Amino acid sequence: MTNPLSNLEGFKLDVLKEVGNIGAGHAATALSLLLDKPVDMNVPTVSLIPFEQVADKVGGPEEVVIAVFLRVEGEAPGNMFFLIREDSARKMLKNLLSLEHREDFGYTEMEFSALSEIGNILAGSYLSSLADFTQLPMSPTVPSIAVDMAGAILSYGLMQYGEMGDSALLIDTKFLEDHESLEGFFFLIPDPESFDKIFSALGVPTE
Amino acid sequence: MNQDNVVKVGMADLNIALGGHSLKTTGLGSCVGLTLFDEKSKVAGMAHVMLPSSDIARESSINIAKYADTAIPELIERMKQAGANTGRLLAKMAGGAQMFAFSSQSDTMRIGPRNVESCKAVLSQLKIPILAEDTGGNYGRTIEFNSATGILVIRSVQFGAKEI
Repeated sequence: MTNPLSNLEGFKLDVLKEVGNIGAGHAATALSLLLDKPVDMNVPTVSLIPFEQVADKVGGPEEVVIAVFLRVEGEAPGNMFFLIREDSARKMLKNLLSLEHREDFGYTEMEFSALSEIGNILAGSYLSSLADFTQLPMSPTVPSIAVDMAGAILSYGLMQYGEMGDSALLIDTKFLEDHESLEGFFFLIPDPESFDKIFSALGVPTE
Repeated sequence: MNQDNVVKVGMADLNIALGGHSLKTTGLGSCVGLTLFDEKSKVAGMAHVMLPSSDIARESSINIAKYADTAIPELIERMKQAGANTGRLLAKMAGGAQMFAFSSQSDTMRIGPRNVESCKAVLSQLKIPILAEDTGGNYGRTIEFNSATGILVIRSVQFGAKEI
């Protein structure tokens, strides 16, 4: 079996881009409400990218990031990551909870829990808008959080693709608050089998 | 370390180094970085194994560097061509972490430990002793293997650098 996603034509990529746009748009609104500040987002990019280059999207495989990971369950399963750099995480904690980050390294239970909850809220709004849009039931698992190298974290979401090729289809959106002072990323990596379901739910003919 | 002397090994990739050059792979999570070394000929090899077994492969042309059962024999073959004696090979490995903890442990989620188990099974079949390992845990690792000394340096965010 060859990778069925290697020959997705432009129209289907546009449909996936719209999927990312709707999900991330709702998540950006949720983040903006949480922070009580305007949040900008970039147009999502949808691409089949080699495993090796996935981590480059957030600054390279050794870049330390905070990642909230959720497994999407339901009709169109997949993996979802909310990623932020450490300086952005600190700003977020300060804005939201007036938690001043003290330690040079490591996070308290409270900080972890807050970040995890932020990820949960944002991913939840991403997914529920997606579920509304596609009319497919999708629900996130309890979020899991890690602070580590981007390469190590993201490779975890690529395993479903490993069996069939060396690249994965990634829908990614970048958030910015206050001109890059706070920056976050949303990665949705639907399982390979989920695409047909998403397309047929949206009335896109699949062969 | 001089960049010119470092051979980069990507994800689901393998390579060899000699003449004092190093092999490096970054951001190992549940993947396993496996190294082989022939101390006498100073031939070093490294594989970045992503999945335990090629049985599950659904690709039309498989990437043999990706699976434990195909990557290790290929690495040995490459090292043999470079002058290594297979009878003298010693293995080290790092990685195979479980990056996220979940209550429902499906097989996909346990991929790290399964990669480690599979590498060990293949090595034992080929009668290659494992000299040292730094596997498991819940954190990522970057590793660098020196073909002059056979020392494997492991870096992680939490624990800094260590040598095995």
